[in-house]
Amino acid sequence: MFTDAVTPSFTGDTAVMAIDVRIPTILRAYTGGEKAVEGKGDTLLGLIDDLDSRHAGLKGRLLTEEGKLHRFVNVYVNDEDVRFLGSLETPIKDGDSVTVLPAVAGG
Amino acid sequence: MLELPREMVDQILAHARRDHPDECCGVIAGKAGLPTRLFEMDNADRSPTGFSFDSAQWLTVYRQIDDADEQQLVVYHSHTATEGYPSRTDALWSTNTEFEHWLVVSTRSDEDEVRSFTITDGVIVEEQLTIT
Repeated sequence: MFTDAVTPSFTGDTAVMAIDVRIPTILRAYTGGEKAVEGKGDTLLGLIDDLDSRHAGLKGRLLTEEGKLHRFVNVYVNDEDVRFLGSLETPIKDGDSVTVLPAVAGG
Repeated sequence: MLELPREMVDQILAHARRDHPDECCGVIAGKAGLPTRLFEMDNADRSPTGFSFDSAQWLTVYRQIDDADEQQLVVYHSHTATEGYPSRTDALWSTNTEFEHWLVVSTRSDEDEVRSFTITDGVIVEEQLTIT
């Protein structure tokens, strides 16, 4: 069903590169212990859906039940916090790098 | 149990006094359970009742710790009007973070108050803090 996104596929002369996604320790249970995985998508939400198809449960840790980005996580696209970009609608293109970190806060 | 050198504890106490009446926050990285270096973080909330790490700064610090194969040993913050004991909010957030110890400083009086805790699945347990 799903092709392995780690393997680059080729369309004509253009290599279709994947998006590199860095996973924090606390979420590596969903990636078989891997600290980086690859995925694809046109937006951050599309990428998260793609990742969840291979790493089931990851989406539930990143998004709330209402489908918003969870306040417990920071997601960065090319080192920019997506809260200052377009949140889940942030456009993503091949070759971008995405980093997920646990947000740290308290009272 | 947590063991910290006197100079790190002094730096945290000074940070807390400096940022009072707002809460301060920061990180101690470590190796094999022993502290290696301290990062003072900006409290993005600038609040007397809460803190959150500035997200851009946290990315930089997290990378430095990860690249050096260090662990996220301690997260510290201050309470400015109450005792140095984790709040319900701290317990809630702790379930999502990777720190092994929560250090809480109180700046409610002139007396220095610094205490260490583990928080596992929201359960707060005070532990011995040894200052060397």
